[in-house]
Amino acid sequence: MTAVAEQMDAFTFSEENRAQAEAVIQRYPPGRQASAVMPLLDLAQRQNDGWLPRAAMHHIAEMLEMPRIRVYEVATFYTMYNLAPVGKYRVQVCTTTPCWLRGSDDVVAACKAKLGIGFGETTADGLFTLQEVECLGACVNAPMIQVNDEYYEDLDGPRTEAVLDALAKGETPAPGPQNSRHTSEPEGGPTTLEAFRGDD
Amino acid sequence: MPTLTIDGQEITVEPGSTILQACEAAGAEVPRFCYHDRLSIAGNCRMCLVEMERSPKPVASCAMPAGDNMVIKTNTPLVKKARQGVMEFLLINHPLDCPICDQGGECDLQDQAMAYGHDRSRYEENKRAVEDKYLGPLVKTIMTRCIHCTRCIRFITEIAGIEELGATGRGEDMEITTYVEAALSSELSGNIVDLCPVGALTSKPYAFAARPWELRKTESIDVHDAVGSNIRVDTRGREVMRVLPRLHEDVNEEWISDKTRHAVDGLGRQRIDRPYVRFGGRLKPATWGEAFRVATRRLGDCAGDKLAFIIGDMVDAETMTAVRDLADALGCPNVDCRQDGAKVGGGASAGWRFNTTIAGIEEADALLLVGTNPRWEASLVNARIRKRWLQGGFKVGLVGEAVDLTYDYEHVGASPDELKAIAEGSHPFAEVLRAAERPMVIVGSGALARPDGAAILDCARGLAEASGMVSDEWNGFNVLHTAASRVAGLELGLLPGEGGRDVEGILAGAEAGEIDVVWLIGADEIDTARLAKATVIYQGHHGDAGAHVADVVLPGAAYTEKDGTWVNTEGRVQHGRRAAFPPGEAREDWAILRALSAELGKPLPYDDLGALRAAMLERAPGLAEVDVARPGEWGAFGSAGEMGGQPFAGPVDDFYLTNAICRASTVMAECSRMFVAGEEATGTDG
Repeated sequence: MTAVAEQMDAFTFSEENRAQAEAVIQRYPPGRQASAVMPLLDLAQRQNDGWLPRAAMHHIAEMLEMPRIRVYEVATFYTMYNLAPVGKYRVQVCTTTPCWLRGSDDVVAACKAKLGIGFGETTADGLFTLQEVECLGACVNAPMIQVNDEYYEDLDGPRTEAVLDALAKGETPAPGPQNSRHTSEPEGGPTTLEAFRGDD
Repeated sequence: MPTLTIDGQEITVEPGSTILQACEAAGAEVPRFCYHDRLSIAGNCRMCLVEMERSPKPVASCAMPAGDNMVIKTNTPLVKKARQGVMEFLLINHPLDCPICDQGGECDLQDQAMAYGHDRSRYEENKRAVEDKYLGPLVKTIMTRCIHCTRCIRFITEIAGIEELGATGRGEDMEITTYVEAALSSELSGNIVDLCPVGALTSKPYAFAARPWELRKTESIDVHDAVGSNIRVDTRGREVMRVLPRLHEDVNEEWISDKTRHAVDGLGRQRIDRPYVRFGGRLKPATWGEAFRVATRRLGDCAGDKLAFIIGDMVDAETMTAVRDLADALGCPNVDCRQDGAKVGGGASAGWRFNTTIAGIEEADALLLVGTNPRWEASLVNARIRKRWLQGGFKVGLVGEAVDLTYDYEHVGASPDELKAIAEGSHPFAEVLRAAERPMVIVGSGALARPDGAAILDCARGLAEASGMVSDEWNGFNVLHTAASRVAGLELGLLPGEGGRDVEGILAGAEAGEIDVVWLIGADEIDTARLAKATVIYQGHHGDAGAHVADVVLPGAAYTEKDGTWVNTEGRVQHGRRAAFPPGEAREDWAILRALSAELGKPLPYDDLGALRAAMLERAPGLAEVDVARPGEWGAFGSAGEMGGQPFAGPVDDFYLTNAICRASTVMAECSRMFVAGEEATGTDG
């Protein structure tokens, strides 16, 4: 568990998020509103620059009428909730076997060299946080990274750097394969059903 | 009812039983860490694996329901190997620090490692280390030792009823914690130390104090409240090292409150270990002879009606018998065992007992609490109410202070007005009680200690009768006492005699100069300032309020230092046993009374405990019925009258400081500071 140094005094949902939270709570039968804890935590994290302050957990506990400790348990169990501030771009590099066989070591090296940080660290400008993660389920386009909600696939060292450069400039590079491959078709184009080439 | 075969033996068990319970019934021992029969099933330690026919793998017996025709084997090589595997995994991250661990000698892991552990480790990586947690002044944590059985979480959540403890993180990073550093705010938190199968949670006050094999264990009875929890007193030499609960299904199950467990350090502090006599305005050490001479002189000059006895809350029945006999011999009608002034006593015995019985709470289906906070007045009664509440179909109403009782209740109101409304049927809660099959009411001693206590008792009796609480097979009327001595005192008739004064009358008489000598038998919870004009003889074990105003102090024995009889709030007679000798020149209380009676020329007719007990049974034959709840006889009690409008207030302002022993205890003082005064722990604590 990351040591939580910095905390916020108070947290409340924005008006828009509150409405969304209410809608989520409505999905569950009365008395079972605690089931909404995960979507609400996610909502809070998105509102709060990608991390969950303790105040947000308390706010959600109160909204769902559940003990605080039960919210802490959920929030600490799942690695996708960040309990400490993270950079604007959360770069998650998959290093599980398929990605590793396809060269994730180069991707890791490129990230570390480009950003000048190691795993679990955030760049001084607050833009990037680098994390090592287990399989994200995109082995067919290995190696890959996830940046916030987007997957960048079919990477190697230079392509990784290009993605990071674009992000640093404030651009949003197109997600998906970075080697001009279309989705997970064979490299160099399909060998069957060629008539469908290019269709989504 | 499923019938299954366990190790070749056929057995039939209750439906819903688990294989583990069936194994126990068949006499097959199954090792376990996470399973506990009073907690929900977790099934996460895997130590209870057994072999089941037609199952490809061993099954966790604690979580597998027993089914018809199952064939279970608990002693095959496969089972042994499976358990050895589990044990090896458990020991991977468990430190080898048994020599410095307080659990050593009474550790489940240690014991079971003897049966299933390897003689060496195959694990060469680094062991996991976990930061210790702060859980308050009573529970010490060494979390590296934790094996994640989650018994503590389940106890705190289910039985103590506060959701403050949980497991954060997952896999190897899982930790038992409150997450935000905070003391457990439960009055039952000490029980998680007993539940912990390893040394992760140990007793903080008892840390590094003794080893289990050095202790002499004495089975006794707790006197900090009127529940009569069964306890085991562990002593080394003369010192009480710790108190542990003893199983009694009808009283405390296997729990005790933190006060019962941790007030014992008070037994070694502020003790009166020799007689004192006030001389020139100051208490000076004296010999027994000197103290007796002064006491006899004062008593000799004092007419019977100018003498008074006040009995404290922890006094045993034997001592009270001696007081009663001595008061009679001296012609003194001013005797009262109701320090707090509760208007109980006269009238039918059902009017001052917990007639439903503590175990009987589980059969009730509606409850009205009147002027009581059972969580503080009788923590284990409260735990029993919560147990019943968890089963559902149980409505609770409260007339009194709105406090957190760990279960939901309807706050009907705060004053006797609402009580009256329910009794008259004009409040909706009256309908709840009437509709219930087995409704009950619990009247707190705080409600009866008010000036209008007798009227409140009468109103509650009317309420019980109107709601159909009393029948041949069910008595739902209950008085919850807070004093361990109370029921025995009432039964032995330690009440003002004809023309006699009660506590209030004695105090007023002492102020007015109408009472010359007041003899306090361990009575400290009275306004002792009002005794300034009278001569005060204090007989007791702690230098508390009573001793401070005394002219003669006679050192008595605390509850762990004498063989005594106590009767709990449900009328259950239980014997406490001497675990240690009183300090210094202190003596057992009845013996002091006996000796002084001889000095006064009116010797009490018994020279040993046996004879005293015979005299006691003559006065109160009911006390011969040991260890059964004795609900009272229904009849008239209380007296009709106007009830005041002021709200009910509990008799216990501070759970941790209710008697002289607690007030001498530094552990209780710290708890009080933290939980009652609400002071936050500083960084250096823990």
